[in-house]
Amino acid sequence: MIIQTKGITKIYNPNKIPVNALNGVDLQIEEGEFTAIVGPSGSGKTTLLNIIGGLDQATQGEVLIKGENISKMPDNQLIDFRKNNIGFVFQAYNLIPVLTAKENVGFVMLLQNRSKEERDQRVLELLQSVGLEDKVNKRPSELSGGQQQRVAVARALAPKPAFILADEPTANLDSVSTNNLLDIMARLNEEEKMTFIFSTHDQRVIDRARRVITLVDGKIASDQVKS
Amino acid sequence: MAWRNIWRNKRRTLITAASILFAVLFASLMESLQKGGWNNMINNVVSFYMGYAQIHQKGYWEEQSIDKAFEWKPQLVKTIESPREVIRALPRLESFALAASDDLNSGALVVGIDPKLENEMTKLEDRLVEGTYLQEDEKAALIGAGVAERLKLNINDTLVLISQGYRGVNAADLFPVKGIVKFGSPELNKSIVYLPLKNAQNFYGAEGLITSISLQIEDKDRVEAATESLRSQLDTMAYEIMDWQQLMPDLLQAKALDSAGNYIVYFILYMIIGFGIFGTILMMTKEREYEFGVLTAIGMKRRSLMATIWIEVMLLGIVGAIAGVLASIPVVSYFKYNPIRFSGEYAGMLEKYGFEPIFPALFDVKIFVAQAIIVFVLTSLLGLYPWWKIRKLKPVEAMRS
Ligand SMILES: Nc1ncnc2c1ncn2[C@@H]1O[C@H](COP(=O)(O)OP(=O)(O)O)[C@@H](O)[C@H]1O
Ligand SMILES: [Mg+2]
Repeated sequence: MIIQTKGITKIYNPNKIPVNALNGVDLQIEEGEFTAIVGPSGSGKTTLLNIIGGLDQATQGEVLIKGENISKMPDNQLIDFRKNNIGFVFQAYNLIPVLTAKENVGFVMLLQNRSKEERDQRVLELLQSVGLEDKVNKRPSELSGGQQQRVAVARALAPKPAFILADEPTANLDSVSTNNLLDIMARLNEEEKMTFIFSTHDQRVIDRARRVITLVDGKIASDQVKS
Repeated sequence: MAWRNIWRNKRRTLITAASILFAVLFASLMESLQKGGWNNMINNVVSFYMGYAQIHQKGYWEEQSIDKAFEWKPQLVKTIESPREVIRALPRLESFALAASDDLNSGALVVGIDPKLENEMTKLEDRLVEGTYLQEDEKAALIGAGVAERLKLNINDTLVLISQGYRGVNAADLFPVKGIVKFGSPELNKSIVYLPLKNAQNFYGAEGLITSISLQIEDKDRVEAATESLRSQLDTMAYEIMDWQQLMPDLLQAKALDSAGNYIVYFILYMIIGFGIFGTILMMTKEREYEFGVLTAIGMKRRSLMATIWIEVMLLGIVGAIAGVLASIPVVSYFKYNPIRFSGEYAGMLEKYGFEPIFPALFDVKIFVAQAIIVFVLTSLLGLYPWWKIRKLKPVEAMRS
């Protein structure tokens, strides 16, 4: 089990007009899963992913990643923890505009002080596996939205994280790019056993997941594993 | 990555560097004009008339009385000209008189000079706007353009001088106007009357006497050395040796006052500059908040991010400051050779305060470098703003924008 949440509650604006975004979410994710968090807009998908990823703090409850409680980790330690264990793909604008595709993918490894040879080799492999070996030196503004998201997936994979969190990664993509991105994610999941947790409210994306967790009003309404 | 950011985001880099460049240029130009204005004024009075130092009989400067005149002996000339820094010594007999034409009169500073020596130091002949220069011992006067105007005198007209001479004798005589000279200093212009030394001594009944010796010194910075060495060689009980700063304490005071006023002006200037640069930094920070959020999310430590951004600002600061110095060179030298010239009411006001209404810029690279450093330091301090912003940055919130 790589992710375990215990009774996560999130209340935004506790002092003004409180919003109960999550109401006691208990969840376990095993290694190698390909899981979709689904639910209508405002159901708490982003909030849940942010808390699992250590980007936001739960009001109550705990998050354990590989058995380690990240809920009360000091900021600096948490940043390091994210760097080494969690890959992120956001809805859009994932990439650093001034860096090329190659530099973006290698960035986290640079932060980890990996050698140039190691970085170059891995970056090239990763860009190949997302089908962008010909865009190595392009900057984000020269790539399509779908290509940018593929670079983001490659970047998330670079430090060999325990799992990848992707919050509505296809929300801004057309159906061809959506399928393309999901093909890549599914292949990485199968071939490299990389764990993916992604949120979506797009039925075509939901159909590709092997486990579907449905949130309604900040609670898990259903949790189905497809055979 | 700092370098990448600067290099690849051309628009932002240009805006920021340009704001720093203009800050340096503007501050440099202002300081150059202000210092140049003062230099011009000091030059007008000091090197074109007064000299960088003077020797009088003790107590003369205090009283300004012709009764404190002393004998002009060859031995004294030798002693005075002995220090290496002293180029020559100019004898003068100075006193005040009433100058008059047929039906107008005005106060005048009558100065007896050795025409040849005087011309060597002050280039007096070049100041002629009409007529010709004085010859030794001829009975004639050279008058300031302001005097000529006030008394409605032209070349060859007769100037009447009336005064009290040495030890109270009556002094009155007539002198033909031989030339009209124009000075930058409005004060000198409207009061000066030159006579050959002998004629002045004659007029004041002070045969063989002078009131002051004006010293030509090789360089402004050597004045102190020259006066030091003269003090050791002359009898300081009999003579007083004064440098231009002691001769013109009013001017120095006015300059100090002006500098004080300038602190306020500079303060305002740096506020404006600071806001300009801060504006660009603020814009940059705002524009990149999302990016900062992504960077912390994927594992960049705040400290590294802060350092990167700060280095970026510093690099821009250096580039902008150097560009500012480079831009100042042609601009300031333009204003050195094409001084700003005031006219009309403001010019009249400046003249009243003894300023020639022109401001040639002082070209001194030290000014540009100092301004560049000030602006750079200001920039690096303002560059701490993103630091503060990053310190309390929450990735989730930064990325919601
Ligand atoms: N920063 C915030 N401040 C206040 N309310 C928020 C904030 N973020 C999200 N919410 C609220 O929390 C609820 C869950 O939001 P979110 O997690 O973004 O849902 P989803 O991603 O499923 O659309 C919504 O009602 C939303 O308005
Ligand atoms: Mg969302």
